Amino acid sequence: MSHEVDYEAGSYVGDDRVPGEPAAEEHSLGREVRGYVLGLALAVALTVASFWAVETHQIYRPGAAVALLVLAVAQMGIHLIFFLHITTAPDNANNVLALAFGALIVCLVVFGSLWVMGHLNQSMVPMDQLMQMQR
Amino acid sequence: MWGKLGWQAIPLDQPIPLAAGALVVFGMAAIVVWVAAKGYLPYLWREWITSVDHKRIGVMYCLLAAVMLLRGFIDALMMRAQQALAFHAPGYLPPEHYNQIFSAHGTIMIFFVAMPFVIGLMNFAVPLQLGVRDVAFPTLNSVSFWLTAAGALLINLSLVIGEFARTGWLPYPPLSELAYSPGVGVDYYLWAIQISGIGTLMTGINMVTTILKMRAPGMSYMRMPIFCWTSLASNLLIVAAFPILTATLAMLLLDRYAGFHFFTNEAGGNAMMFMNLIWAWGHPEVYILILPAFGVFSEVVSTFSGKPLFDRRSMIVATMAICILSFSVWLHHFFTMGAGGDVNGFFGIASMIIAVPTGVKIFNWLFTMYGGRIRFSSAMLWSIGFMVTFVIGGMTGVLLASPAADFVLHNSLFLVAHFHNVIIGGVLFGAFAGYTFWFPKAFGFVLDERLGKAAFWCWLVGFYVAFMPLYVLGLDGMTRRLQQYDRPEWHPWLLVAALGTLIVLCGIALQIAQLWVSIRGRAQRRESTGDPWDGRTLDWATASPPPAFNFAALPIVTSDEPYWELKQQARARRELITPEPQYQAIEMPRNSATGFVTAFFAVVTGFALIWQIWWLVILGLVGAYVTFVALAWRDVHETEIHAEEVARIDRANRGARAQALRQEPAR
Amino acid sequence: MTTSALRFAHDPDFGPPETVLGAASGHGSGGPAPKRIVVGYGFWIFLLSDVIMFSAFFAAYAVLFKNTAGGPTAHDLFDLRNTAVETGCLLASSFTCGMASLAVGQRNQKWTQITLLITGLLGLAFLLLEFHEFSGFVARGAGPSRSAFLSAFFTLVGCHGVHVSAGLLWLGTMMAQFYAKGFRQDIRHRFLCFSLFWHALDIIWVAIFSLVYLVGTLPPELLP
Repeated sequence: MSHEVDYEAGSYVGDDRVPGEPAAEEHSLGREVRGYVLGLALAVALTVASFWAVETHQIYRPGAAVALLVLAVAQMGIHLIFFLHITTAPDNANNVLALAFGALIVCLVVFGSLWVMGHLNQSMVPMDQLMQMQR
Repeated sequence: MWGKLGWQAIPLDQPIPLAAGALVVFGMAAIVVWVAAKGYLPYLWREWITSVDHKRIGVMYCLLAAVMLLRGFIDALMMRAQQALAFHAPGYLPPEHYNQIFSAHGTIMIFFVAMPFVIGLMNFAVPLQLGVRDVAFPTLNSVSFWLTAAGALLINLSLVIGEFARTGWLPYPPLSELAYSPGVGVDYYLWAIQISGIGTLMTGINMVTTILKMRAPGMSYMRMPIFCWTSLASNLLIVAAFPILTATLAMLLLDRYAGFHFFTNEAGGNAMMFMNLIWAWGHPEVYILILPAFGVFSEVVSTFSGKPLFDRRSMIVATMAICILSFSVWLHHFFTMGAGGDVNGFFGIASMIIAVPTGVKIFNWLFTMYGGRIRFSSAMLWSIGFMVTFVIGGMTGVLLASPAADFVLHNSLFLVAHFHNVIIGGVLFGAFAGYTFWFPKAFGFVLDERLGKAAFWCWLVGFYVAFMPLYVLGLDGMTRRLQQYDRPEWHPWLLVAALGTLIVLCGIALQIAQLWVSIRGRAQRRESTGDPWDGRTLDWATASPPPAFNFAALPIVTSDEPYWELKQQARARRELITPEPQYQAIEMPRNSATGFVTAFFAVVTGFALIWQIWWLVILGLVGAYVTFVALAWRDVHETEIHAEEVARIDRANRGARAQALRQEPAR
Repeated sequence: MTTSALRFAHDPDFGPPETVLGAASGHGSGGPAPKRIVVGYGFWIFLLSDVIMFSAFFAAYAVLFKNTAGGPTAHDLFDLRNTAVETGCLLASSFTCGMASLAVGQRNQKWTQITLLITGLLGLAFLLLEFHEFSGFVARGAGPSRSAFLSAFFTLVGCHGVHVSAGLLWLGTMMAQFYAKGFRQDIRHRFLCFSLFWHALDIIWVAIFSLVYLVGTLPPELLP
């Protein structure tokens, strides 16, 4: 139905993919369910590990906050892969790029704010003192 | 029952807002009555208000921007007049009123002139340039526009009912907290911006999806027109930055309404956090404004130089670099807040680095012009005026990027001159160039060039006369937002600045005249081929105005200037190259009242929230939800345009183009 | 061979889900994508913007964490058992939502309604627990107006709760639409968006329970 096309083409791997849609055409229902169950199991394991990391002395205590951050990021990854079906295939390129852009902005906003506000707070007279100076 | 609202909300004791408000209310009532009497209402409802066509929505955005430009400019006239008069004198505006005027001026110009203008141009041109029929989510597009209009309406309501904020265009706490701004002014600002902010965010999502997922077959990323690239970058920034604005203003709203302590002086609040977050939005915002303008200039300069844009690749790289870098410089808006040398140094250097990709673009435009056959149409004049003016403004920006210099110049008139320099010279000139460039495409007839050029010169001269003195004043130590002053050496410069504003007023008057004259003479000015400027991109391949479906059949794109190459071949053979396509029926999305109705409820809810009329808030929210669900229950989303109709429209345009080809002088 | 000229394709237009020229490769030259892709990607972008909004609230929370104005701290207030149950509910609801996606894929009305109902009940349980927690705090004088830390906490976690509430409203509407109109294409697209939304809410909850509740319960000397 289409005329001969000679436009620049990459490799054809099928339709673009969208996050969140199970590739039902390609896998059996059983395999799909197993994917979700595996994702759930991993997420539960990481959650339990997070709660454990608060109390335990197996982790270097001052690093506990960082450990929680790492576990949280890992768990987000599990969600993205098993529940949202984000892959690194070319048909997912736009989805991954958008995610990376969002993650970059989140890091800039959160860590940028912490850095900036930390420095600002160091130079700032405590607020109740400042209010006293007004009287 | 009526919350804080009472008869005292109407400014009966203040002559200036009372007179202005009365003028606006009666004027608008007169227009509505005239429209209804002439029977235009059904046409307006069917063709414009409920339209989901990106072209119609784009035009409405630009119209909103133009109307609000008038209001914002009147604010500017009033401020310049006050400062010209107020040397050792009170002037004619008391401080409470003056403060509202400069706040309204900035708020309106950024949120309801610059943003709608660039969004309108992007809405109109991007789908045409991409070779597709509409944006990704046409109904959402309509909702976006009407929410923006709702915000504009709320701001204008503050003139007649209540008051506006006195806190500047960004409401810094603690002044904007309830303790120090107990009136409704800040609330008007906050709710208007939140409502229109949602609209803008949805536009960002819409345009990013359109540009990334909906292009004509064969149009890979590298073959996209540059205006589409800059639109992509701008809309990515919208998607990334506007949520920060929403969150930050929500925090301020919670402080004011619910006694929270984000930014208060008591209970551990930190006002500096507001500045940090708001500028994390605010800096990307100015790049959201300027990037589409850069795109317009790329299109205009290449078209009127008769050459392809010089080095597309570096243009694209520079655009995306600006997009990413714009998130790394925000602290330069508050160098003086005391973050220390390390932090200031990092952001200062980053602010200087971000000038580099813009420099690359300027050189690319210059090299595009070099060796080209330049036609000095008014759109090209706006572009050349931009190049000179924006470079000056950019350089003063780099001056301010040095924290040491900024400690002296922060919040002085030097800063005010700088940002007007880049916004007027960049965004506004770009908007005017785009308006001139695409007007014939939108309406089928060309604007009067002579009046356009005269308007340009008035704007250009007026801008320099109005703002160059402000650089001097800033270096002389004059702070911004002064209602009166007593330094004699400042006075003459402020008189010159006021004169400049009057010259700009002439420019605006000429633009209004241009529109009037062009509309009245439209029969003679009609342009039948759809390509008045000898354009290079796909938007010029359509009729003027394009039919609802844009293209009878989507073009297959095989290079980065497909229309230009096609045209050159057609000119050589003096006949159309492409055969008639096999006309098929086309499905287009149906009109929808969702946008208008949602915005209606947004205005009701916003007004109720401002005046704290709680039962009305609930009514408004319920109404909005019901509208949504009612739309979701709609069964038929599309309407079909029959193949014969498509054929008829397309053949008319093909015929006009074929005739023009035959009549062209031989090349 | 003629030099490249503009040719016309049959219109891969707005309506039908398949595009004649099909095939995408990341280079994006296949023509306008099918509606399913457009809708899904647009919603994905919206979700990213929502995540950025949450990050602004997170940033405010992190900055204001220590500003307790002499009032209760995180260590004083948070009950990790409650948090664990809330986390379990939301995670399970994400799983059941995934099952619902599969049921929709199989066009099975019974299992769609069952899995969606369970998802909704789990979400409701989460909300009730959270409401209970919040009202407990308020009763103890640890409401949002007590200190900047509490303002930030209530706003961040409350914003997530508002999103969950909106999600439940949406879920109810989806259940009604599937029941009334079957598995029509546009309703499936909307459900795709809903499931994206619901999973994203769980992702944000991961950040909240880890960085707000768990980090907050660490003894003060261990905090960065």
